[in-house]
Amino acid sequence: MSKTKYILGLFADPDEMMHGIDLLQKNSVPIYDVFTPMPIHGIERKLGIKDSRLGYAAFMFGCLGGTTIFSMAYYMLVHDWPMNIGGKPAFAIPDFVPITFEWTVLFTAFGMTLTFFYATHLFPGRTPRVMDLRATDDRFVIAIDAKGNTPHEDITKILKEAGAVEVKHNDRKYVSYE
Amino acid sequence: MASHSESIIREPLITGDNITYAQITNDVLRPVENMPGRAWWIGFTIASLGASLWVFAVSWTFWYGIGEWGLNKTVGWAWDITGFVWWVGIGHAGTLISAILLLFRQNWRNSINRSAEAMTIFAVICAATYVVSHMGRPWLAYWPLPLPNQFGSIWVNFNSPLVWDVFAISTYFSVSLVFWYTGLLPDLASIRDRATGIRQKIYSVMSFGWTGSVKTWQRFETVCLILAGISTPLVLSVHTIVSMDFATSLEPGWHTTIFPPYFVAGAIFSGFAMVQTLLLVTRKVLGLENYITMFHIEAMNKIILLTGSIVGVAYLTEFFIAYYSGNEYERYTFLNRFIGPYWWAGCMMYGCNVLMTQLMWFKSVRRNIPISWVLSIVVNIGMWFERFVIIVVSLHRDFLPSSWAMFHPTWVDMSVFIGSIGLFFTMFLLFIRVLPSIAMGEVKLILKSTSEQAKKKLLAHGDLDPEQVKYYKDSLVKFDSVEIADYQKV
Repeated sequence: MSKTKYILGLFADPDEMMHGIDLLQKNSVPIYDVFTPMPIHGIERKLGIKDSRLGYAAFMFGCLGGTTIFSMAYYMLVHDWPMNIGGKPAFAIPDFVPITFEWTVLFTAFGMTLTFFYATHLFPGRTPRVMDLRATDDRFVIAIDAKGNTPHEDITKILKEAGAVEVKHNDRKYVSYE
Repeated sequence: MASHSESIIREPLITGDNITYAQITNDVLRPVENMPGRAWWIGFTIASLGASLWVFAVSWTFWYGIGEWGLNKTVGWAWDITGFVWWVGIGHAGTLISAILLLFRQNWRNSINRSAEAMTIFAVICAATYVVSHMGRPWLAYWPLPLPNQFGSIWVNFNSPLVWDVFAISTYFSVSLVFWYTGLLPDLASIRDRATGIRQKIYSVMSFGWTGSVKTWQRFETVCLILAGISTPLVLSVHTIVSMDFATSLEPGWHTTIFPPYFVAGAIFSGFAMVQTLLLVTRKVLGLENYITMFHIEAMNKIILLTGSIVGVAYLTEFFIAYYSGNEYERYTFLNRFIGPYWWAGCMMYGCNVLMTQLMWFKSVRRNIPISWVLSIVVNIGMWFERFVIIVVSLHRDFLPSSWAMFHPTWVDMSVFIGSIGLFFTMFLLFIRVLPSIAMGEVKLILKSTSEQAKKKLLAHGDLDPEQVKYYKDSLVKFDSVEIADYQKV
């Protein structure tokens, strides 16, 4: 039994990599993940990855922020300590618009970004789980779990045929661990 | 998609032959991965001397109080607020480039957004220091926050534009920071994966474990798009609220409804000028001519021309309305800008902001790097005088002639201002030393569609309308980074 854990196809060109994904899928080789130095549109559809739901999270956080500051302003200036400013109403809704807007934006930005970090497991000091060091530089990497049934030589052949500049048979999943 | 090829008549956004993805990484990371050159050290030394002056002058202010400034009973707000508004205004360009131009799909923003956003953050830091130091008792800086307290449980007054400003500036700063840092993650990962030893460890912590997998990129793009969407109204709201600090008062010269749009246009105007000041030097010193091309320079000059002209229209409107109002105080305030003792400040304001920018109508001016650089500095001098005129010149002659006064800045005023410029440049120079000054991922994204080599490939392929080809070749003449001779034979 081969010790290879993951097979990586390294492409120098994003279009060739897309072609590689097509060829692999045509040959029913399951793809583990794809690592690219820049966002490539259309991969997620090919790999059947669902749309991000972060937009919903952003909306909810925005509603929360706006409600929070509006309620605070109401409690402070209307309920707890109404002030008589030239006889004008204490519940001056137009004056609350700027702060309500600001906190809507503030909560949306922080809530959504922190949700993104949480869902993607990004935080300061997380050990990078990198499968190939050039995937953040100039290589478009398709990773294939080698435990599948397809013979490794066939996978190599498909990747080469699609235009891979290099095919790696790695014994370890992540190269970034020391 | 990366293979999407663009019409030949569009000018390239990346010039040079044989630019590969690896080449972009190498070019952008050169200042980060190597020791800086002499130009950097000279700049850094001067800037950090300025920053030290700032530390000294601000400490002096904290120790002896704001009586050390040249303020008097009549002019109670002067260089501090002038400096604050100036810096906040400069900060507007970064978000405009990163957010509004992203929503409008302006791909040329890709190579300038990173440094413009960094500049925004540093400018807002400079502005925030003014807010804290002009309070006189900076240890009470938490008073504008709506916190439970023992002062008779009186709360902050949410009807006050100054409280709105606290919310606006703090939101703006923190959201810009989040936007900037999230965008930095993929590039920090690029540095990490090329570094060794302690540098690798540091960048590993900073890059949050970024890998560039499909799901990460998908979420990243969603986050960036939504952040851009919410930052767009945010950036417009910030200077609107800053202008309301003035506009909601009853002071002639401040009490005008045109202030919000006028301030926002002025902010974008001065911000782009500062981006131009910084990038024209940066591209030369760091050798980034292929990424920040003449197209970018000209595009920014066009925005400076547009916003400068909007500011000009706002000035004219102000004068007309002052006349049309029939209010003698209002009329006097505006006449006083030209015939009063501060006539020279008025001339600086109108001359630098309106007259000088009109030179940008000429192609030869827009495409001339030394002239553009000088004009970008002229704009920021003009914008500083704009705030000085609005603040000091409006205040110095109030309703009672017996209290008319002049404002004389002390050495502390001047040191805080000059020092804040030093602080700004210190932070900017450190930024280009340790962080990638161009968003590599975003530049790589447009390499295959809008680079000079992609266009060359299109030309070599033939099959193009000769008229369009000629148009394209003619448009290349302005670029200082394109070898025109290559196109003779094509």
